[in-house]
Amino acid sequence: MPRYIASRLAVTAVMALLATLVIFLIANMVPGDPILAQLGDVAASNKAFVAEWRAKWGLDLPLWERYLVFLKGVLHGDLGISIASQRPVLEDIAQYAPATIELATVGFLLSLLIGVPLGMLAAIKRDSWVDHLARAVSLIGVSSPTFWLAFIMLALFYGGLQIAPGPGRLDPIAFSPPTVTGLFLIDSLLAGDVATFRDAATHLVLPSVVLAAATLGLITRTTRASMLDNLHQDYVRVARAKGLRERRIVNGHVLPNALIPIVTLGGLAYANLLTGAVMTETVFSWPGLGRYTFRSAEALDFPAIMGITLVVALTYLVINLVIDLSYALLDPRVAR
Amino acid sequence: MPDMRAPAPPSTIAATPVLAVSDLRTQFFTDSGVVRAVDGVSFTVGSGETLGIVGESGSGKSVTAQSLMRLLEEPARIVSGSILFQGRDVLAMSHAELRKLRGAGMAMVFQDPMTSLNPVLRIARQVVETMVAHGSFGEKEATERGVKLLGRMGITTPKRAINSYPHQFSGGMRQRVALAMGMSNEPALLIADEPTTALDVTIQAQILELLRELNRDFGTAIVLISHDLGVIAGLCSRVLVMYAGEIVEEGPAEAILSHPKHPYSWALVNAVPRLDREPVAGKKLTAIEGAPPDPLSVTRGCRFAPRCPFRIERCAEHPELLEIGIARKSRCWVTQAGVGLDTPAPAPSPLRDRAKPPQTLSREQRDQEIDPSPLLEVKGLVKHFALPKRGFLEPYRHVHAVDGVDLTVKRGETVGLVGESGCGKSTLARLILRIHRPDAGSILFEGNEIAQAAPAAIRPLRRRLQMVFQDPYASLNSRMTVAQILEEPLRFHGLATTSTECRERIAELLETVRLDPKSGARYPHEFSGGQRQRISIARALAVKPNFIVADEPISALDVNIQAQILNLLLGLQEELGLTYLFIAHDLSVVRHISDRVVVLYLGKVAEVAPAKDLFAAPLHPYTRYLISALPIPDASIERRRERLRLAGEPPSAVDPPSGCRFRTRCPLAERICAEIPPPLIEHGQGHFAACHFPGKF
Ligand SMILES: Nc1ncnc2c1ncn2[C@@H]1O[C@H](COP(=O)(O)OP(=O)(O)OP(=O)(O)O)[C@@H](O)[C@H]1O
Ligand code: SF4
Ligand code: SF4
Ligand SMILES: [Mg+2]
Repeated sequence: MPRYIASRLAVTAVMALLATLVIFLIANMVPGDPILAQLGDVAASNKAFVAEWRAKWGLDLPLWERYLVFLKGVLHGDLGISIASQRPVLEDIAQYAPATIELATVGFLLSLLIGVPLGMLAAIKRDSWVDHLARAVSLIGVSSPTFWLAFIMLALFYGGLQIAPGPGRLDPIAFSPPTVTGLFLIDSLLAGDVATFRDAATHLVLPSVVLAAATLGLITRTTRASMLDNLHQDYVRVARAKGLRERRIVNGHVLPNALIPIVTLGGLAYANLLTGAVMTETVFSWPGLGRYTFRSAEALDFPAIMGITLVVALTYLVINLVIDLSYALLDPRVAR
Repeated sequence: MPDMRAPAPPSTIAATPVLAVSDLRTQFFTDSGVVRAVDGVSFTVGSGETLGIVGESGSGKSVTAQSLMRLLEEPARIVSGSILFQGRDVLAMSHAELRKLRGAGMAMVFQDPMTSLNPVLRIARQVVETMVAHGSFGEKEATERGVKLLGRMGITTPKRAINSYPHQFSGGMRQRVALAMGMSNEPALLIADEPTTALDVTIQAQILELLRELNRDFGTAIVLISHDLGVIAGLCSRVLVMYAGEIVEEGPAEAILSHPKHPYSWALVNAVPRLDREPVAGKKLTAIEGAPPDPLSVTRGCRFAPRCPFRIERCAEHPELLEIGIARKSRCWVTQAGVGLDTPAPAPSPLRDRAKPPQTLSREQRDQEIDPSPLLEVKGLVKHFALPKRGFLEPYRHVHAVDGVDLTVKRGETVGLVGESGCGKSTLARLILRIHRPDAGSILFEGNEIAQAAPAAIRPLRRRLQMVFQDPYASLNSRMTVAQILEEPLRFHGLATTSTECRERIAELLETVRLDPKSGARYPHEFSGGQRQRISIARALAVKPNFIVADEPISALDVNIQAQILNLLLGLQEELGLTYLFIAHDLSVVRHISDRVVVLYLGKVAEVAPAKDLFAAPLHPYTRYLISALPIPDASIERRRERLRLAGEPPSAVDPPSGCRFRTRCPLAERICAEIPPPLIEHGQGHFAACHFPGKF
């Protein structure tokens, strides 16, 4: 087990290093000159001015030197200065990330807490109404385009029925709770501010449902398939022949096996939610990483793009590491 | 054997049966119709009795067993009958009552130990939960008892074992764990469904011994299901023979095995080659033609009639299971009329008796006629496989699958290759066919060195060198018709160019393997297992090879089909002068078919000898154990037989023992055995053994 953990950590470290290299190369090879994109037309036609800018941003150094500078910065938590905002990229990311983390986590928990039990029930009571419901949920979830779902939800519950709050993390006139974690749900509770908590929670409902829909569909479907797979294994028949209660067979024998593929799927889905919420964030005016990414890309703000890409890559690597480690916990065959 | 209880007289069985089943009918309501898997089965099991159920696959053995505990799920339904367990009606029980019965009064052990334990739960949990669920013990006591039980089941380090996970155990060990689970509440009845089928013969012997002890020490009645008459003979006092969902014969094991009173049992008994009998001249086994009936459409008359060599007119009527002697019942008009089956049946003729080559020529005479140089000569062959790394930082480890093997095959002979699973039999076969490239050593085929030859250089030889695989299901492309399967090699090797030529040759090939020459247009899945194996043989024969490597060609088949295929292989050898390398784990089959036998242990040759000498006077201790472990389908012999039990399991081929590979299990092992690997030395005419103390055991 310790060897397994050590080897997983080593792999993750190597992958992270590779990621920095790949990101650096890609960002430096995109067509389009970031300087020219930043400077106005007049300034851009002034050769001396452009050269000065290049030197300022280190764009005059050879590629490998620029990579080393970049890598050294990364190791010190310095992702460079955003060309667009003129602030450290890390600071930008730190400002936008909590909104995304809050949204993705709530969405993920939603899909997990509904999807797993629903999939389980569907498998146990195969061809019953629960099964049909599960099939409908996963079909709708997987096949509805996010932006479409987002607009429908907004139009229906905010515009039409008026039972849901509008876009944004809080009411436009409300103040954010004092920042501790940046997650409004937690910060408001820490401040003992129940009203803000309720406000933040209600604002989360629509976007998180929209964000969770596809994941919910996938998790329901996978749980059902994985449960069905295991329900027909020999060891289940053995457990029955021992005289165990059906509930104990399902929870004690089948579930631990059925969860194994769900860990992989769930982990990757969470990573997707964390890094791919652009559409939802745009529709719901959610001040998250997705929107920051979008804006940086538009401006060809390459330090910001590199920073975000690196954060995305690291998110995947860390989540993969967590998946691998939980695998080892769930499945004794993986590591000894 | 002191530990065998004499078969209880029938009167006492009737007085206190643990289990009384009457007219049990279990049916599967499938989309294509109703399958009558168990069709009116009645029997009793006396307390402490051992009852065997035999029959070929699909005859309803397992469905009967699972019906007893009501373990079957939709679309299976028990449609009628009664099951009385200690006088209580199992079929009338509520779910709660049923739960109390399962695993307490009645327990079950299943066939495949690799899948019947939950892979992600510790052994402790799986053993303890049975006891806790039935409230017989608290968690702590149950764990203590679990350790004791594992020890009782022959696990040497039970304390450590109970905290392990199933994947850390071999199949045999897992079956011991399954038995510990089954016995944990001291059930009155233990149902064991093919508990040793997935195990090697030496491990099978250990598990059977354990079952015998459990029956003796705990008085547990045992219902043992097996397709192997030898296994039944060693353990059971009474036997039921099942065919197409019905019991066709019932009686004391000894009597049924020596004087079967139903033609199907008769066929079963005679289909298996036996270690205790000399192969008869011509070596043909008694094989009945055909396959079991289609379970969807059961005939009105005797279900065995289409295959029965004793058939009479009356057989168009369905016979009942009737008493035909003391404690003996049979479902057959002929034996019910008092006619015996002991006379060899009217010749179980193949489709068409081909002109046999002159039988007057003895094997020795034939040998002298042919080229004396060996067809195949293998020297010092080595193949190690790198295992997938267990982690990024872990070193590579290697399976020493074949580790310095010498082997000679003469023209026209059959060499049998035996050994436990994982000893490298299949790898050796693949090396000889150059499916794998050896790491070292030489392979001379017809004088050509092919060990390291390029594929292009081997291609012309491929035609002379063919292989038949174990699994007739997996080895044929399911999307090609039989004709296409056979045409491929013909075209590839340019043996037939026009389509007329092809068609003629295909018809001829199908006829050679005794299949309908017109069946070329059908797909493999439309054939039974035995027929599919015939197709694979036809495919191998298509290119007119002179050497066929057959890797467990009959292991996946029922005994009667096995006999058919063995007869076919023997017949083809006579007709076409083929040379065989025949791989099998079944010693009696190997002895039956082989001229010489090679015994493999952990990638090395332990012994090589002419078949007769090997079985009469084995020199290597491992060979002796193998022979002794093989059950003989004769209850009286099984009971009298002196049993040698090989303890332990084969060590890992990743880290084989130093010196003699067998030393970790050998009772003769001395210091020299750990230090010097014993060379393969000739001790008698053509009789080689790799042991420092040959024949001392
Ligand atoms: N391609 C492969 N990669 C890794 N290991 C292999 C490979 N093929 C075989 N082995 C290993 O080599 C050893 C010998 O295998 P082989 O299949 O020859 O045994 P066998 O005697 O035919 O067994 P069985 O009776 O179960 O078929 C085993 O430990 C097996 O796991
Ligand atoms: S009843 Fe007739 S067909 Fe059936 S087994 Fe007896 S002899 Fe054969
Ligand atoms: S060499 Fe030694 S250990 Fe090996 S089989 Fe012979 S006596 Fe046993
Ligand atoms: Mg094999």
